[in-house]
Amino acid sequence: MAQSRWGNPIVYAAALMLIGVMLGPVLYIIIGGFRTNSQITTDPAGFPDPWVLSNYTDVLTGDTFWRQVGNSTIAALATTVGVVVLGVMASYVLARYRFRGRAAMYALFAAGLMFPATVAITPLYILVKNLGLVNTLPGVILPQIAFGLPTTIIILVPFLQAIPKEIEEAAAIDRCSRLGFLWRMVLPLSVPGLITTGILAFIGSWNSYLLPLFILNDQDGFTLPLGVQAFSSQYSVDTAKVLAFTSLSMIPALVFFSLFERRIVGGLTGAVKG
Amino acid sequence: MTITETGGRARSGGGDVQAPPPLRPRRRGIGWAQRLEIVLLSGPAILMFVGFVIFPVLMAAYYGFYRWKGFGPPTDVVGLDNYVTILQDAAFREALWHNAVIVVLSLVLQAPVALGFALLLNQKIRGQSIIRVLIFVPYVIAEVIVGTAWSLMLQTTGAVNDALRSIGLGRFAADWLADPRLAIWSLMLILTWKYVGFAVILFLAGMQNIPQELSEAAAVDGASYWQTQWRITLPLLGPTLRIWAFLSIIGSLQVFDLVYIIWGQYVASTAGTSTMATYMVVEGRNAGNYGFGNAVAVVLFLISMLIALLYQRFVLRRDTEGALTEGR
Repeated sequence: MAQSRWGNPIVYAAALMLIGVMLGPVLYIIIGGFRTNSQITTDPAGFPDPWVLSNYTDVLTGDTFWRQVGNSTIAALATTVGVVVLGVMASYVLARYRFRGRAAMYALFAAGLMFPATVAITPLYILVKNLGLVNTLPGVILPQIAFGLPTTIIILVPFLQAIPKEIEEAAAIDRCSRLGFLWRMVLPLSVPGLITTGILAFIGSWNSYLLPLFILNDQDGFTLPLGVQAFSSQYSVDTAKVLAFTSLSMIPALVFFSLFERRIVGGLTGAVKG
Repeated sequence: MTITETGGRARSGGGDVQAPPPLRPRRRGIGWAQRLEIVLLSGPAILMFVGFVIFPVLMAAYYGFYRWKGFGPPTDVVGLDNYVTILQDAAFREALWHNAVIVVLSLVLQAPVALGFALLLNQKIRGQSIIRVLIFVPYVIAEVIVGTAWSLMLQTTGAVNDALRSIGLGRFAADWLADPRLAIWSLMLILTWKYVGFAVILFLAGMQNIPQELSEAAAVDGASYWQTQWRITLPLLGPTLRIWAFLSIIGSLQVFDLVYIIWGQYVASTAGTSTMATYMVVEGRNAGNYGFGNAVAVVLFLISMLIALLYQRFVLRRDTEGALTEGR
């Protein structure tokens, strides 16, 4: 292409600038964790001199951080499994069965995209309380699964619809039931979609704040976002340690995301195309 | 239409001379086995969804008619009093105004920036996938972390002011978070930083779905680079842009985490960054007025719903029409 010959350096410069702006604050958090508080006070924007590891080692050797990592991991994994399993079952019905009420069912879930957890948060809290699940991880997991379903279904239905009818017909000729078809053909074929929705559910749960804020009151049960906030108010004078704690807590989501970036973006744009 | 019919026909064609096999008596409509599968497969999702999403939303509407502190069942019916209070409360109108500002500024700030970068990156360049991962990083980081980090950086003694001073722009140093004239812009800066990457990625993906042949044909016809972008890329990006704007608007109406984390429950209103959602949590849950908080939730929901419906009716219709009525 003509423009690529002269456009390239500009494109790279612009991309670098954008990346710099996007990563600057993240690097500030990570590098800040290697400084001492006096360094931060005297030179808030400077580099560590010398680099200290104690903030990170303190966080990593304490049990608060690991307990919260454990809680977040359990919550995120259970949410992911729940969302994907329930989501794929419902999506299969929506994608490949024809029945009265199918459109209504699809509309119900699609409307769920517009129901933010914010609106339902107090009744949700009361419901969870009545179920005796306040201060427990299931109290966070169950609503998260429910609120994750709309996105999952919106992304998966087109995926499952895209599986050619011929495959299903062939399976039927081979006396494969519809459920057998789901298990043996649909699931393997829709793995990319399942991964997309799974990662979205995982990161969403890992980062979620409002729901755990209402449901989890006990420090021992805190997930990482609540932990970060508690830590930063508890150690508000110890900025360096807060930065170390904060940067460690974002690692898992970042790793997960960079491993599956293609899948996530593909899934999102698939959903946009309807 | 359905596959089972085809399968049945194929089988009867294969051997049976008789009419459809008794195992599959349905010709039109669906049989009990299929009904059972539908119920078993979609039942759990529907139960969860209705139980933990629809039911709580309905309960919010119900509690909104009560003066209720959250202990025992609500008994003190106040009718529409909560709603009257909300609409008369200057603090709520302020929060609503902030939401409106966030909606508009999010669109105005993010769309041009994101479009520009998406156009730039939509070329054959090396390392594009790494670039995409890196600009998506803020979007993936938890709001809590974003809030904690930015509030440290934007303090009066923080890194931003220090950096300004060190490059000789010390007179621009300011109280970014507490100064009511600046706080909303600080919030917009953080929101833009966090969400513009999402827009870039979305636009870029949309652009890459546009067939290459179109711009090649345009080039053959002598169109310049900008003409091609203006006449071909942007119009074909329409659906992506409209969906993004929709997500952005709905998200802007619901802003909670960042404000609550950075400004807490007391400062947001004086700094001019309170939103409907923070108003709801502060006046509802934190003040112990559960009935009132639910009424706020209902107002927030109605506003979002109204805007969503209007948007779908007037903007998204041509995009979703096919998807929803196709009835595949």
